Amino acid sequence: MNVPAKPAANALRRRFLKDVAGAAGGACLLALGATVYARQARALPPLAIRPPGALAEEAFLGACIRCGLCVRDCPYGSLTLAALGDGVVSGTPYFTARDVPCEMCEDIPCVKACPTGALTHDLHDIRKARMGLAVLIDQENCLNFLGLRCDVCYRVCPVIDKAITLEKRHNPRSDRHALLIPTVHADACTGCGKCEKSCVLPEAAIKVLPTRLAQGASDPHYRRGWDEKAKAGGSLIGEQVQLPVRGLEETTVPGATP
Amino acid sequence: MSAQHPGRDAVVAKGWLRAHKWLLMRRSMQIGILAMFLVGPWFGWWIVKGNLAASRTLEVLPLTDPFVFLQMLAARHVPEMKAVIGVLIVLGFYLLVGGRVFCSWVCPMNVVTDAASWLRRRLGLKGGHAPHAATRYGVLVAVLMTTALTGVQVWEWVNPVSMLQRGLIFGFGLAWVIVVGVFVYDLMLAGRGWCAHLCPAGATYALLGRWSLWRVAANRRSACNDCMDCFAVCPEPQVIRPALKALGQQHPVILDSHCTNCGRCVDVCSQNVFRLGSRFNRSEQ
Ligand code: SF4
Ligand code: SF4
Ligand code: SF4
Ligand code: SF4
Repeated sequence: MNVPAKPAANALRRRFLKDVAGAAGGACLLALGATVYARQARALPPLAIRPPGALAEEAFLGACIRCGLCVRDCPYGSLTLAALGDGVVSGTPYFTARDVPCEMCEDIPCVKACPTGALTHDLHDIRKARMGLAVLIDQENCLNFLGLRCDVCYRVCPVIDKAITLEKRHNPRSDRHALLIPTVHADACTGCGKCEKSCVLPEAAIKVLPTRLAQGASDPHYRRGWDEKAKAGGSLIGEQVQLPVRGLEETTVPGATP
Repeated sequence: MSAQHPGRDAVVAKGWLRAHKWLLMRRSMQIGILAMFLVGPWFGWWIVKGNLAASRTLEVLPLTDPFVFLQMLAARHVPEMKAVIGVLIVLGFYLLVGGRVFCSWVCPMNVVTDAASWLRRRLGLKGGHAPHAATRYGVLVAVLMTTALTGVQVWEWVNPVSMLQRGLIFGFGLAWVIVVGVFVYDLMLAGRGWCAHLCPAGATYALLGRWSLWRVAANRRSACNDCMDCFAVCPEPQVIRPALKALGQQHPVILDSHCTNCGRCVDVCSQNVFRLGSRFNRSEQ
């Protein structure tokens, strides 16, 4: 049975539909705005480093509920919960190595505190953490690059001689000394930031950056001839004809003393 | 009775203290909860760590906010057990006492919007137009959908409720701008606009509160003198009429899950019409 709606009810229904349409439109606009904003804010500023065990940034932003339990349980006060305007997504934890680096606690309390697993509980050995990657970014001011023996970043590294080594190079300025170049190895550096914190220069010459910024990537199909040769136990293309080098007898090598 | 000063008659009839009993208890609770989070960083007495999104009390009791948890699930993250246990405890609690008890007894935004509403009444502001009360469910769905689509918790970039509680516990940054925004919106543009029409967290808690045992009842409704003071102070005035005026129901218990169990109607009624009690107590006097 169909009872025709009274005019008053009709008007009410119209108003309700209008309200709902307006509300739905508003909600969509809101969602759209938040999404655009989110897309923009998604990139982490280069000096903000996530705590140990943090998932990759996208996944982290889906997982972290911004509770700050990791911040509270860090015994060194390394971590901060970002506030709106900090440049880091508001409410998420990060640290700035130059202020307070991560001390690489053996028991990793920040990870244990995390209720969601945004800091993955699969991390049991702090040396396997990859918070970022140290880069000797300023080769013009680093004292070791100038031929001095500062070595501070090397000495403080909790993974000394694996994450950071001193590589001997010829010093062309004096021509009789060595440069001991602090060299970071991505397979061992945890990104704790102790080196950046300790750099003696007014602005650190070595900095920890999010790995995405610090590291390039080799195309997976690239092969290095010498690696392949070692793997195969000999040249893959057999003996090559050795061509004689001609025409270099008269040439002086630039820089060499005659 | 007066739209600008609801509750005056109650103060005369019952005395100031009894006319503010539930309000005082709620404010103490809201401040007390914040204080428990803050004595840790301030004095090193760690009672509760974390914030309202997730916390750990006395190093043993985990709690997780259901709305935040829902967003995390929508972002397709599979949480650790601790967050799951935390959310189950919270769900159990609010299923029992009423979901929106969070809104009026815990959430610090309640103080902001109550203040806006009080000032709006005092200044006699009538302007603006509040969106339909069901809008909050639209916002809730939109939030969960965008979260699912993007895989990141987009709402948490702007969520005023998180911003405020986290700001109080961990430091504000610029987040106070958003909180002031909510205050001004409620004051000038829409009476009770945020909590009663838009907030998706409130909507989630309202869904939780459908079966709660703790309810307000207008058990002395025959004494009602139509002063309308309860309607003036109630953040969700539409929930009162069915119980008070026997509209669509016979018993005097407010069963609408949007009622926040704030008890303000109990306070401001000079005739002692309302009481807080069990949902099964349908007796009348
Ligand atoms: S490993 Fe230790 S120092 Fe580093 S962030 Fe975690 S709790 Fe802090
Ligand atoms: S403990 Fe986990 S969920 Fe909480 S703020 Fe830290 S990373 Fe995020
Ligand atoms: S960040 Fe620096 S100190 Fe830390 S592991 Fe890497 S090289 Fe060592
Ligand atoms: S009906 Fe009473 S207890 Fe429920 S929200 Fe309104 S004023 Fe508060």
